[in-house]
Amino acid sequence: MTEFLQQLINGLSLGAIYALIALGYTMVYGVLRFINFAHADVFMTGAFIGYFTARHVPLGTLAGGGAVLLTAMAGCAILGIAIERCVYRPLRGGPTLNVLITAIGVSLLLEYSGQVFLGAEPRTFPAIFPHREFAFGGLVISSNEALVIGVAAALIAVLQTIVHRTKIGMAMRALAYNPQAAMLVGVDNDAVISFTFGLGSALAAAGGILYALNYPSIDPLMGVMPGLKAFIAAILGGIGSIPGAALGGLILGTVETFAGGSALSTWKDAIAFAVLILILLFRPAGLLGRYRAEKV
Amino acid sequence: MAKGKPLLPLPHAALIAAIAAAFLVSLFSDHIDPYYLDVMTGAGINVILAVSLNLVNGYTGQFSLGHAGFMAVGAYMSAAVTLFLGPPWLGPDGGTAFSQGLLFLGALLAGGAAAAIAGLLVGMPSLRLKGDYLALVTLGFGEIIRVIFQNVDALGGALGLNGIPPYTTIFWVLGFAALAIFVVLCLVHSTYGRGFIATHDNEIAAESIGLNTTRYKIVAFVVGAFFAGIAGGLYGHYKLTITPGGFDFTKSIEIVVMVILGGMGNTVGVILAAILLTVLPEVLRPVAEYRMIIYSLLLIVIMLVRPRGLFNFPIGRRKNA
Repeated sequence: MTEFLQQLINGLSLGAIYALIALGYTMVYGVLRFINFAHADVFMTGAFIGYFTARHVPLGTLAGGGAVLLTAMAGCAILGIAIERCVYRPLRGGPTLNVLITAIGVSLLLEYSGQVFLGAEPRTFPAIFPHREFAFGGLVISSNEALVIGVAAALIAVLQTIVHRTKIGMAMRALAYNPQAAMLVGVDNDAVISFTFGLGSALAAAGGILYALNYPSIDPLMGVMPGLKAFIAAILGGIGSIPGAALGGLILGTVETFAGGSALSTWKDAIAFAVLILILLFRPAGLLGRYRAEKV
Repeated sequence: MAKGKPLLPLPHAALIAAIAAAFLVSLFSDHIDPYYLDVMTGAGINVILAVSLNLVNGYTGQFSLGHAGFMAVGAYMSAAVTLFLGPPWLGPDGGTAFSQGLLFLGALLAGGAAAAIAGLLVGMPSLRLKGDYLALVTLGFGEIIRVIFQNVDALGGALGLNGIPPYTTIFWVLGFAALAIFVVLCLVHSTYGRGFIATHDNEIAAESIGLNTTRYKIVAFVVGAFFAGIAGGLYGHYKLTITPGGFDFTKSIEIVVMVILGGMGNTVGVILAAILLTVLPEVLRPVAEYRMIIYSLLLIVIMLVRPRGLFNFPIGRRKNA
């Protein structure tokens, strides 16, 4: 039982990170109806910004760690907005396939630029937050795990507030519902899309920092697998739905941690894809998603 | 093809001529610089991969990101045939050149068939999906195929298969490249094949005039996977060693780049792009580490500037596409 609870906590902290990344996929899909393949690499960039910022702050303090987190989030927000402005916007209104291919191009560009200019070998991510371990009975919770779950929950709450309680959030929802009608009632679509990209990328950066805290080895390809998993989580929960992305992330993280702890550990990656395929076959709209019929 | 006349006047004669030309080239292969032969073999294998993917991604308009997975299935299957069935078939003296050739042909066809079956199993459930989702699912299947090979100890696990006999010659590569081009062109230009283009152009309209678009997608997928399997077999018997890591996502992307660079649904362009992308890294050897950066920039710039591909010649293109 203790082992079960321990694995559950590990799974939830991994799932919280997936949820943060999944939110970016889901929000961009909501407003633009396309999968931002480069999102996983924004996550990687966030971890690297954190790595380089951490050299200039006192390590192991709450203030220093917070500063690193916020810098990475701001840096990635700018990166996300820049990618959207330079690459995706000229293609808007074109065939979906072209945008998809371009997104793959951006993703590869970030990965390989990272490999060439930062080096392919893994680097050790510093412990930027103070570290402690709390024991409850047989259960051990490290402060990092608690931090990951706490920060993720706080950010998701902030996001939920932005989307449902502010004017720009209302504009985002209007755009997701019907872009042309939103434009007619005075929503500045370009600005809202930029904001969405910035918000999603900031969350990915936070995910990147938290991931690097728990798995302190970062390299330019570190985003690929978590990115794919998070995307699966977004589909699992129903793409376009914010609570769905959070739920999907938690489910996937937990399933994967339990699979990793069992005899199936070498099949871990295949299991996530198998989950994706089953979901798409039996409930294409996801757990909390709504199915939309295609109109001719 | 809206033009109403076939691309080539005598397609069967052209195929026989191409295979004869491949045979002639192989007769003189001793006199060709091994380096050029090496590049030619690589280009030929890439042409097979790109032309077969073009049937799926280009003509039928279904975006598959898992081509390397089918290539892996073919490579493993054909290598398994020559490694495990080869010695009893050839006998202790290693067999004649003819029996070796026969064994290799059987191995390649077995590889192609295995890949086609894998294509059918992958295609049947996933081709109900569209666009982004399909791309993701094929990517997922490609990765699952790789993980399976990594975990099956009989096939060498993560170390892969070694000591595959060097059966691949320039004749086999050029011959199968000609066959792949022939099959894809004839298929697409036949009455039946217009269904692929109809599925690509407007799926709903195609369905409303009674075409079974799912069937067309699956046929395209299976034929594409078959030739990817053949290419995998040729690759394995050329490199003499195969590992699951060699057939990852990056390999799929490389093939996709060839198709996009050539112009989706433009076989001539795709062949040129496959050759170009094989030769380019050789020319750019001094800047080899930037190769993938150049690839990714190419993808973005082409989509922004020439979304129909680099080799977008008027021949072989639909008039009002």
